[in-house]
Amino acid sequence: MTQGKKHPALSEKFNADEPRVNWHDETLWFIREKRDKAAWQIPEWETLRDTASQIKHNVLSNLSEYLVQFEEQAKRNGVTVHWAADAEEHNKIVRKILQQHNVIKIIKSKSMLTEECGLNEYLAKEYIDVIDTDLGERIVQLAHEHPSHIVLPCIHWKKEEIGELFHKHLKTPKGNADPKFLTNAARLDLRQSFLTRRVAITGVNFAVAETGEFVVCTNEGNADMGAHLADVHIACMGIEKLIPKREHLGVFLRLLTRSATGQPITTYSSHFRKPRIGQQLHIVLVDNGRSTQLGREDFRNSLKCIRCGACMNTCPVYRRSGGHSYHATIAGPIGSILQPNLDMKKYADLPFASTLCGSCTNVCPVKIDIHDQLYKWRQVLTKEGYSPVTKTIAMKTMAATLSKPGIFTFAGKAGRWVMKQLPFIVNNRLNPWYKQRDMPAPPKESFTEWYQKNRKE
Amino acid sequence: MVPEKQKRIKDQVSTYITKLLNRLNSRDKILAAVKKNQPPQQILPGLETLGKKGAGDVAQFTTVFTNIGGKIYEVDSYETVIKTVQEQFPTAWKVATPIEELDEIANVDLNGFNDPHALQTVDLAILQPQFGVAENGAVWLSETDMKVRVLPFICQHLAVVLQAKQLVPTMHEAYTRIGDKQYGFGAFIAGPSKTADIEQSLVLGAHGPKSMTLFLFP
Repeated sequence: MTQGKKHPALSEKFNADEPRVNWHDETLWFIREKRDKAAWQIPEWETLRDTASQIKHNVLSNLSEYLVQFEEQAKRNGVTVHWAADAEEHNKIVRKILQQHNVIKIIKSKSMLTEECGLNEYLAKEYIDVIDTDLGERIVQLAHEHPSHIVLPCIHWKKEEIGELFHKHLKTPKGNADPKFLTNAARLDLRQSFLTRRVAITGVNFAVAETGEFVVCTNEGNADMGAHLADVHIACMGIEKLIPKREHLGVFLRLLTRSATGQPITTYSSHFRKPRIGQQLHIVLVDNGRSTQLGREDFRNSLKCIRCGACMNTCPVYRRSGGHSYHATIAGPIGSILQPNLDMKKYADLPFASTLCGSCTNVCPVKIDIHDQLYKWRQVLTKEGYSPVTKTIAMKTMAATLSKPGIFTFAGKAGRWVMKQLPFIVNNRLNPWYKQRDMPAPPKESFTEWYQKNRKE
Repeated sequence: MVPEKQKRIKDQVSTYITKLLNRLNSRDKILAAVKKNQPPQQILPGLETLGKKGAGDVAQFTTVFTNIGGKIYEVDSYETVIKTVQEQFPTAWKVATPIEELDEIANVDLNGFNDPHALQTVDLAILQPQFGVAENGAVWLSETDMKVRVLPFICQHLAVVLQAKQLVPTMHEAYTRIGDKQYGFGAFIAGPSKTADIEQSLVLGAHGPKSMTLFLFP
């Protein structure tokens, strides 16, 4: 889809349509403002964030013990627990369960983990049909796209385009772009899938080590419609989703949706502990690089993430470049610190797709030091030789210039002369700085020249 | 020791370790890697200072529940509940409820039930949650309160009956109330199912009920 293009090129594509960028920017900022209003209603909001961060820190420091405890409890509850070291193993486990039940058509509620593992594509090759049931995910699925936001998968789509898409796939009347009408069309269509498909996959928001239960949060009710009607429920989760005790859910459920959309809580917070009578319940615990990230001291805090998307909604770069410009499952600031762990070369551009303004860190409900980690990733990536070539040359040139006073003075003079006499040399398309800005007027003299002159007087 | 011999032993040990690791299943491999990389122990913070003492505020609950798309009727008897249901849901042909006092309007048998798909025609389900949460308008229902897990999700409209004294202030008191109960499934439900996936326009009635009504007893 992105054909190996990097963030600057992809965001340039997104920026071609300026009114659309403004619309995207404003829509996300509107959600950020809703988050603020919801947070300010809780006097102990900051204590909650601190507590959540500390609980998650405790989880990271005891993760292997909690995983064993969770497995033991889940088994006691009649749940089958699977372990997947990587994406491929995860996909194979799911396929095997489907084969055991002779199922070739399944439904899935939102799970960024299955996106991360490329489950849909993998199953498609095995001739297994997956229907995504979250409305936003269904829309991007019909359009053969991936979500551009972890909470709002089709935030980059306009209602007229969705009307057109539904006209093509769901036979809605041409030209009807009424959100209520389109939602109802999807409701009627997906209800048939809920009623006929025998296996449902869901994600997991939180898993409790103490009780072996897991919690899935949705507004649409799609996870529940799928899971409670299916013969087999497969819940896929990253190993970092664990929390120690049931009582800790109180902390995280207060933070999650307020941070995500500004709602006080999602419509449904469903606690799955045992399969219903006659049903099978499977949990797939996935590592896929998480244990490696746990060993990177500077970056392990990224595993505290509860996937609320607040850092995306507030990010000035994300809002103006769109989720797809990050060419990754998880976009935005949090994606930029998670993705390089999976593949440094492929995602080397992402930590540079930031102004380091720190707004992400300020809204993060579990207090991940996102902008510090972005800064640290830049250093790691440069040291490992993955930084963009132009940037490396520019930095080296700058270092050479700044370390030699003679060259520095000459370069300054030459620069001022060029900007005055031959402005087209810098004011052209080859200079990335000039793309969205005007070059400043060249000063008459440098500070050194001014100082020498004024000191004499 | 000669360097060649040293190297040979080192290589042998390394091959042996790799072989051993390959023989481990993913579970043990993941657990070993996690254990190796875990940061130093950090103790769990206490939750004592969070939340609010006392009962949940009725006015707050009413405001929040209405804001999230729910509808509240203050009632003092089940007769009023029945009357309101008949007025508000005149076309609800199939009504499912395990509440005995509402027997006369119920026409779906929820006992001895094993195919949840059969509930697809339910127009209205009326359930009795254990408590409500003032700060977010959610009510807690465990599997026993639902009778069939899918019922509060598959019905076209959901109604619940709650006593005002069953309100707690925040989610912390909610989990204190739940304690260590051994439910198979349970859910906080806060309003009708909804989505804003199309251009952030809020639409009530995504995949679950299109409305949620709460009958509040004093």
